[in-house]
Amino acid sequence: MTAVLTDPNRPAQAPAFQKISTARQIKNRLATVLTGLTFLVAVIPLVWLLYTVISNGYEALLNGDWWFKSLKGVLPEQFTGGVYHALYGSIVQALVCALIAVPIGILTAIYLVEYGNNGRFARITTFMVDILSGVPSIVAALFVFALWVTTFGLETSAFAVSLALVLLMLPVVVRSTEEMLRLVPDELREASYALGVPKWKTIVKIVLPTALSGIVTGVMLATARVMGETAPVLVLVGYSRSINFDVFDGNMASLPLLIYNELLNPEPAGQLRVWGAALTLILLIMFFNLVATVISRFSAIKTK
Amino acid sequence: MAKRFDIKDLNIYYGKFHAVSSVNLAVPPRNVTAFIGPSGCGKSTVLRSLNRMHEVAPGARVEGKVLLDGEDIYASTVDPVEVRRTIGMVFQRPNPFPTMSIRDNVVAGLKLAGVKNKKKLDEVAERSLRGANLWNEVKDRLDRPGGGLSGGQQQRLCIARAIAVQPDVLLMDEPCSALDPISTLAIEDLITELKKDFTIVIVTHNMQQAARVSDQTAFFNLLGVGQPGQLIEVDDTEKIFSNPSQKATEDYISGRFG
Ligand SMILES: Nc1ncnc2c1ncn2[C@@H]1O[C@H](COP(=O)(O)OP(=O)(O)OP(=O)(O)O)[C@@H](O)[C@H]1O
Ligand SMILES: [Mg+2]
Repeated sequence: MTAVLTDPNRPAQAPAFQKISTARQIKNRLATVLTGLTFLVAVIPLVWLLYTVISNGYEALLNGDWWFKSLKGVLPEQFTGGVYHALYGSIVQALVCALIAVPIGILTAIYLVEYGNNGRFARITTFMVDILSGVPSIVAALFVFALWVTTFGLETSAFAVSLALVLLMLPVVVRSTEEMLRLVPDELREASYALGVPKWKTIVKIVLPTALSGIVTGVMLATARVMGETAPVLVLVGYSRSINFDVFDGNMASLPLLIYNELLNPEPAGQLRVWGAALTLILLIMFFNLVATVISRFSAIKTK
Repeated sequence: MAKRFDIKDLNIYYGKFHAVSSVNLAVPPRNVTAFIGPSGCGKSTVLRSLNRMHEVAPGARVEGKVLLDGEDIYASTVDPVEVRRTIGMVFQRPNPFPTMSIRDNVVAGLKLAGVKNKKKLDEVAERSLRGANLWNEVKDRLDRPGGGLSGGQQQRLCIARAIAVQPDVLLMDEPCSALDPISTLAIEDLITELKKDFTIVIVTHNMQQAARVSDQTAFFNLLGVGQPGQLIEVDDTEKIFSNPSQKATEDYISGRFG
């Protein structure tokens, strides 16, 4: 059989190739239609959601005070005031969280990839990170409440919120950084060792710069994600209608908290603020994602 | 500069797996030694244990002595980082640092060791690139990323990077296996050039290459699956290729193997 196929004196005879069979054409059509439909099913709710939020909330954002004023002294039925205080709270709580979670997360990932050798301690750490990533945000919030308020006897504050967010952000940072570090080929590490460069310097000067763009993207996305978390702000800090710059003391608003509170306001002004704040939150998160994309573009490895 | 190697009773392990058994070999200075042998017989393993790269793999260890001008590189007082600074290595696949420019790639070893003097770095970059026969091709784009070069150019860049730290010995693991015949010839010429200053050990699957560039040839073989690889014989390249003393060597070289 094979002898016939490879016999150079007997070239393939027409028709060497057949047309696509009808059965396969039908299957192909079917699969195309099916994937197209599932795509629509996935996109419709998204477009719908965006449409609802934008159409209900855009008017609030057009008001000049929206970005620069708080709701201090604004009556429930008044259309004045803005979400400056909540925007500040959302951003600051996420940044304080990132300040704590990012160094710990990156160092953990470095340990797992560069030093862990898949040993016992590394496997336990990975397992813990997995568990942590499965912890619901309300549980993280209750844990911090039990620790911060019940055990230590401290007041609820924005910082307590940040601590709960750390629990939610940490596994994401560890995971994404770990993945990026594993993508760095061992050949680069060996090339560096072969030049007489110590291991820690190889990690700092060769491995981290090579993985930088991916790590930064992961961190930005994780930060954007925790901004929308609602359970920690409901449990760990009181709502305030005016601006509070102090992370460690007093009530502080954030966008999810403001939305929750304004929901209880039956006036049309309250409804508008709910939708406006929702839109602002989406824009804020989108902005962070955008910055992540830009940063990864700029720090990406160039070959030309 | 160039130093001699004396390998005494070297046994190499990956965890429990005994990869290479009892290698005894002398590598004279300013001389090219070629390692040949079938795949999996432990050529790379022996080569990597000559600059303590072997122990980078988890569980890997060696027994025996590797003397560099009489000093055992495996002595407990010796810092492996120092050993690797003295014994450079070029890998099978070109591996320039993707985040660095061509110039920074060449001087990476010095820069990471803390040399900051720009004039000195520029000098070293030029000298090493000339030494690797790459200067004329890249002198106008030293600030471009090293990853933008062709495979052959990248490999010469890696050679430039290895010689920039002025090692005493240069180890090369199949440096031409990913390259076209022209780049291969360029690198072979380069090896002949470098021989004046360095002691060179090269692993190759290409018999003609071993015959062309090396002064002595070591033939490694595998007696069976799961058995450790062994050094069958080592002799002047001419003798190995014309009149080897072992039948296995003759069979391998003439292609009557296995
Ligand atoms: N990191 C490692 N862990 C465990 N075993 C290994 C490792 N690297 C190599 N080995 C084993 O050691 C033996 C020798 O491998 P080595 O890479 O030295 O062969 P080689 O002669 O260089 O082969 P080739 O010509 O294909 O490159 C092989 O049996 C291989 O499977
Ligand atoms: Mg090999």
